Amino acid sequence: MQADIFVRRRNGGLLLVGAVAALTVGSIIITQYDVVSGFTSIGKALTWGASNFYPDAKSMQDLPDILRKLWETVLMAVAATTTASVIAVALALAGSRSTRVHPLVSVGVRAFASFFRNFPLVGWAMVLLLTFSQSQLTGYLALLFGSVGYLTRAFMETIDEVGIGPIEALRATGAGYLHIIFQAVLPASLPLMISWLLFMIDTNIRDAVLVGLLTGTGIGFLFDLYYKSFEFHAASVVTIVAALAVIVVEIASTYIRRIIL
Amino acid sequence: MQTGSYGPLLELRGITKYYQGKAPSLVDASFTAAEGEFVSIIGRSGAGKSTLLRCINRMIDASSGEVIFDGIDVMRLGPRDLRKVRTKIGMVFQHFNLVNRLTVVENVLHGRLGHKSTLAGVLGRYSQEEKRQAFRLIRMLGLDGQVYQRCDQLSGGQKQRTGIARALIQNPRMVLCDEPIASLDPNAAKIIMDHLRTASNELGITIIVVLQQVDVALKYSDRIIGVSDGRIVFNGPPAELTNERIAEVYGSEYKDLLVGRGEADAG
Repeated sequence: MQADIFVRRRNGGLLLVGAVAALTVGSIIITQYDVVSGFTSIGKALTWGASNFYPDAKSMQDLPDILRKLWETVLMAVAATTTASVIAVALALAGSRSTRVHPLVSVGVRAFASFFRNFPLVGWAMVLLLTFSQSQLTGYLALLFGSVGYLTRAFMETIDEVGIGPIEALRATGAGYLHIIFQAVLPASLPLMISWLLFMIDTNIRDAVLVGLLTGTGIGFLFDLYYKSFEFHAASVVTIVAALAVIVVEIASTYIRRIIL
Repeated sequence: MQTGSYGPLLELRGITKYYQGKAPSLVDASFTAAEGEFVSIIGRSGAGKSTLLRCINRMIDASSGEVIFDGIDVMRLGPRDLRKVRTKIGMVFQHFNLVNRLTVVENVLHGRLGHKSTLAGVLGRYSQEEKRQAFRLIRMLGLDGQVYQRCDQLSGGQKQRTGIARALIQNPRMVLCDEPIASLDPNAAKIIMDHLRTASNELGITIIVVLQQVDVALKYSDRIIGVSDGRIVFNGPPAELTNERIAEVYGSEYKDLLVGRGEADAG
């Protein structure tokens, strides 16, 4: 019996490698994807990029426009995230094992959060496009829905981690539900919640660029516009500015998180 | 509410607790505790000590029986009145149950929340008098140096003293302690037990302590209650708790342990 475990591990490993290989080869054959030219064209793409996709003097005149759109996009992402976090705190309190009002509510909240989190962002954007057409609101709502799902899950785990201890102690002193939430649960979980919130703002700014492509708003739309009118130099400015913005926000949020945790 | 001085402060009659599909964890438990009395509950782990303790302030709802505290039938109370009764009963826990990210004084003031309106409690508004009392208790318990320290930076003994201050600031008639020294080293344990004894002697607070250590119970208690398999099998002063009676509470294996007894902790 002792040796069996090693044989089983080896067989398991072989099976895994075999399965991954089969999936890869199968997918390539079915889609008739040319692997060789796929890799060789990377070089060609780089050459094209170097000769067309860089900021020139003329495209820099578009910079104020681009920055204004970037600002718009960042603010939309921030607004969507902060709104989502308020909703998510309420949902997480209703859903967490230690603060829930009723087990059924908890199950409901968990199902709701899972659905909203797993439904892809682009899916939300498309569904919302049907109702709200191409507007700032569509992008805002798409980000909001995705964030509510994600943050509810994260906040729920944060609250669960606080544990039942302080809650039990305050209940025993005769404190009411809201007292316990505001004096024990939130103070204990706030730093971690803020950390999740910053992470979400981070992700949402990235996603907002993408969503903008679909909803025709913000910096994503600007990229689409320049690209489709063959203004590659301007499009490259958009890309660089967006990347810089994401990096700056990430550095800032990492810094803030290190201080509060 | 002041019906005190006549009769016991606390009376349990026939408390029974069933969990669905399991053997009952408490059967027909009855005992009384007088004002200022120091009562220890001892027994093996899983005997039902903590359940018995928690049935008193209904942190666990008993399946049947009566709990009379200060003349009030606790089992019949609605949520609002139950909270009112709980403000008169402090509680101290094995794992301290403090909010670790908050300071000592903030945790101590939590003991006043039961007396507050929803809004005042949510905003954490405490009166000058409440703050003064918090500082008084903190000094009394020897935590002067830690007032503004976060609780996750305290030693176990300091955490438990914070827990006791949180219970005492309620101005309770009774304090329930669930294995208050089980996570502490012997020195810290002694300090905690001394503070509890002082609370009973000088403030006239009834203390009910669940303990693992028989020798501690013998040293500090006015009365000891032994629980075995959910039943109260001993209820009397320490002097009556002979080795035979101890064996009844802890089961026959305990006798073997007594032979080589240096530090009696029957786990």
